[in-house]
Amino acid sequence: MTPQTCGVLVIGGGPSGLTAAANLAAQCRVVVLERESAAGGIPRHSDHTGYGLRDLRRVMSGPEYARVLVERAVAAGAEIRTESMMTSWVDDHTVAVTSPQGRYEISAPAIILATGARERPRSARLVAGDRPAGVFTTGSLQNLVHLHHGSPGSKALVVGTELVSWSAVLTLREAGCETVAMITERDRPESYAAFHHGAKVGLSTPVSTMTKVRRILGRDRVEAVEVEDVATGALRTINCDTVVFTADWIPDNELARLAHIDMAAGSGGPQVDTMLRTSRPGLFAIGNLVHPVDTADVCALDGRHVATAVRDFLAQRSTPGQSVSIVVQAPLRWISPSVMRVGDGAPARRKFLFWTDEYRPVARLTATQGHAVIGRITLPWPAAPGRVLRVPSALLARADFSAGPITVALT
Amino acid sequence: MSPVTWNQPNREAPDVFDVVIIGGGIVGCAVARELTAFDLTVALVEARADIGDVTSKSNTAILHTGFDATPGSLESRLVRRGYELLSRYSTVTGIPVERTGALLVAWTDEERDALPKLADKAYKNGYEHAELVDAQEVYRREPHLGPGALGGLAIPDESIICSWTSALAYVTEAVGRGLHLLLDRSVTGLDASGPVTEISTTRGQVHARWVVNAAGHGADVIDQFLGYDRFTVVPRKGELIVFDKCARRLVNSIVLPVPSSRGKGVLVSPTIYGNVMLGPTSENIHDRSDTSTTPAGLSFLKSKGQQIMPTLLDEEVTATYAGLRASTEHDDFVLDSDPLTRYILLGGIRSTGLTASMALGEHVVELMKNAGEVLRVSEQLPDAPRMPSIGQASLRPFENAELIARDPEYGRIVCFCERVSRGEIRDALESAVPPTDLDGLRRRTRALMGRCQGFYCGAEVQALLNDGVHARGTSL
Repeated sequence: MTPQTCGVLVIGGGPSGLTAAANLAAQCRVVVLERESAAGGIPRHSDHTGYGLRDLRRVMSGPEYARVLVERAVAAGAEIRTESMMTSWVDDHTVAVTSPQGRYEISAPAIILATGARERPRSARLVAGDRPAGVFTTGSLQNLVHLHHGSPGSKALVVGTELVSWSAVLTLREAGCETVAMITERDRPESYAAFHHGAKVGLSTPVSTMTKVRRILGRDRVEAVEVEDVATGALRTINCDTVVFTADWIPDNELARLAHIDMAAGSGGPQVDTMLRTSRPGLFAIGNLVHPVDTADVCALDGRHVATAVRDFLAQRSTPGQSVSIVVQAPLRWISPSVMRVGDGAPARRKFLFWTDEYRPVARLTATQGHAVIGRITLPWPAAPGRVLRVPSALLARADFSAGPITVALT
Repeated sequence: MSPVTWNQPNREAPDVFDVVIIGGGIVGCAVARELTAFDLTVALVEARADIGDVTSKSNTAILHTGFDATPGSLESRLVRRGYELLSRYSTVTGIPVERTGALLVAWTDEERDALPKLADKAYKNGYEHAELVDAQEVYRREPHLGPGALGGLAIPDESIICSWTSALAYVTEAVGRGLHLLLDRSVTGLDASGPVTEISTTRGQVHARWVVNAAGHGADVIDQFLGYDRFTVVPRKGELIVFDKCARRLVNSIVLPVPSSRGKGVLVSPTIYGNVMLGPTSENIHDRSDTSTTPAGLSFLKSKGQQIMPTLLDEEVTATYAGLRASTEHDDFVLDSDPLTRYILLGGIRSTGLTASMALGEHVVELMKNAGEVLRVSEQLPDAPRMPSIGQASLRPFENAELIARDPEYGRIVCFCERVSRGEIRDALESAVPPTDLDGLRRRTRALMGRCQGFYCGAEVQALLNDGVHARGTSL
C-alpha cells in the first residue's frame, strides 16, 4: 500500500485539533482525521452556552461553537475527513486509517494528537452491583438526549459535583428527569462556582458530601443505589432509575501509548514540553489529551500555540534544546506541560495547568530545584479538585536547565 | 397448541418433535447442532430471549486440554475429546481461538511441591506436553509477574476461545439444518407417562419422543419434574475484572494458580478480544439469577491481582461481571439416560462444558443409539457457517481493505473502542439467529464492550438495534 501524504496530520477534530488545523493550513496541506460523523468534538454534544470566550471572544452554545471551528478550519484550507479513524501506527510518520472511503495509510512529517478525554464509566470505577440499564456518563447521556433525542429516566442520581456534573443535571432536566441527589466522596463539593451557576439556573439539588457509590441495584433497570458514608461506613439507599457518572477524566491515550512516547505522570496523557512537542520528533500533543480536562476554549488555544512549534519543525528552524522535567507533589496530581527546554517560549496562554486532589482556599505554590526555591506564587483564587488550576508561567521563569527536575508543591 | 417459533415464522412445527432439547446454553446448542445432522425434527427450548445468555456468556473462555481433570472421569474423557472437536470446528467456522498456552505458577513451597504431581496427573489424563519449569523460566515467559514465583508447570496447548461465538456457531448451523429455536419460554412441567413426553412451557405445550435436559442451573428442577431426586445445582458465583486492551502486552499466556482444596483460584489471562481478565472469585450462593458483582469480591480480586501482576492494576478497567457455575454435590458431570422414557440428562456441567460441548453432543447420539434409536444422517447438509471475526488475532473487518472496498459499511466504524463497523451490526441484525436486545447485539459484535462503555456510541448502537428489530417486524 502506498501511503497518501500531507504536510500536517491532525488526529481528532475537536476544538484543539480544528484550531491547530486552521492555524497551519496556510503553510501546508493539513488533513484532520475525525472518527465521528461530524467534526467538532465534545462541544457538539453539549447543547448549552458558555463556549468560545477565550478563543473567539464571544460566548455561544456548544454545537454553534463546533460549527464555527469547523468553518474556520475549512476556510483556512484544511481538509477534514469525517468517519475516518486512525487505528494504528505504521511507522513514526505514517498511520493506518479506516473510513467508508477505504482502508488506507497516510504519512506526514508532522502529526498532532488531539484525541481528547473521556469520563471513566461505571465499570472503570469498579462500582459493584447489578448491571441494569439506566447507567450513564455525562457524555453518553448528552449523546442520547441531544443527538438522538432519547429519554433517560425520571429520577437520577448524579455522581460527582464538578462543573460537568451540573451540565449533566441541566441535560437531565431538559429531558424531564429529576435529579434526586448529587454525591461526592470529598468533604466539599468540587465546584464552588457551579453552585452559583446552579442557583442561577434555578436548580435546587441536594448534594451529599463524603458519600460514595457502593452498589447499583436493579436487574433490568436501575432501581436504587446503595451509597456509603466515607467517614462512618454507614450505608443508605437512594431510590432512582438513572445514575450518571460524571467527571473522573481519562485521556483517550491509546494512540499515544501505541506510539511508545514518554507519558506524563498523573494525567495519563503524553508528556509534552511548553511548545507541545512529545518525546518523538515530529509528534505533537494538544488539548485535553494532555490536560484532562480544561474548557474547550483553552484546548482551542493549545491548537493555536502548537502551530509555532510545528512550523519551526517543518522548516527545520530549530532543534529542541536541553530539557528539564517538572514533577508535582501530592495533593497536586499532575502538571501540564511537564517539560521545559532551553530556548523555548512560555506555555500556551503563559499558563501551567495543574490538577489538585485537595481543596485549598488560597492556592499557594512553591517551585524548587534541588534545595533551591526557584519560584513562589499565591493566587487570589482557590485550588479545587475537579477543575484545572491555571498558574502563570512566571512561577518557573527562573528554572535552571542544568539543575535537575523541578518540583512544584501546593503549600 | 402448536409452538410458535417467533423468529422463524416460515418453519412449520410438527405435532411431535423427535427431540426437544431444554436449555440453549453452550451444551444445548452443541447437542442441537449434532442432532440436526440426522433425519430428526429437533426443537430447542430456551427460557431467555437469546441463546448463551446465562453461564455461557460469562465464563473464563478457556479451551482446556483437560490436564487437571480427575483421571478416569467422564469430564476427563469428554473434555479431551471436546478439545479436539472444538479446535477443528473453530478452524472451519472461524470461531476465534488463540493457542496462548497456560502457565501454572507456584508461589509457595507447598505449591511448588505439588507441581510434579500435577504433571503426572496431566499424563494420566492423556496430555503429554506438560513441562515443569524453574522460576527463571517462569519470569522469562511472564516478565510482568509479581515477585516470589518459585516455579511453574507449562501447558502449551491450553487456549483462549470466544465462548459466545462457539454457542452462536452451533445454533446457527443447527438452524440452517432445520432446528426449531423456541426462545423466551420456560419449561414449567414434564409428563413422560404417555407415549410421548409432554413439555409444558410458559408459551404452551410441546411434545417430543426424546427430551434432552441441558438446562444448566435449572437442570435439577427439570430432572425433578420427572420424579428424580439425584442432584442439586448450587450456583457458584465467579466475579471477574476485565482490563483495558493496553494491558494485553503484560500477559503472554493463561497464568494459573496451583489448584488447592479451596478451588482453582484466581487466574490472569489474555482474552480473545485482546483484553486481560483477572478472576474468578468462587462463592456458593442461593439465588440462581444473581449475577451482581460485590464490593468484597472486587476488592479480593484487586488484592490477588496486586500479588500476581502488580502492574496490571495500573491499567484501566474496562468491565466487571459475574458468572454462575452450575456446580453440584458430585465431582463429575452428571450424565444419564432413561431409554424407557427417552430422557437424557446432561447435568452438573461446569466451566469445562465449553470445551466438552461437542463431545457431549456426540455422547447424546451414543446414548440414543444405545437405546435402540436408528439415526440416519441427513442428505445435503448445508455448509458450516463462517462466524464474524471478533477476535483480536484474526483480521477484523475494520482492517480488511478488500472488504471495505467491496462494502463501505465495513469502513464506517460505529464503536470506536472495539472498532465495530456498521456493516457488522447490520450483519448481526440480519443473521439467522439475530439479537433481540442490546446485550445480544453487544455479544455478537463487541459493540459497547470497550473502554468507554458507550460514551460515544451507546445511543447510536441502540438506534441501529431499534431500526433492525423494527425492520424484522418482530419484538418480544
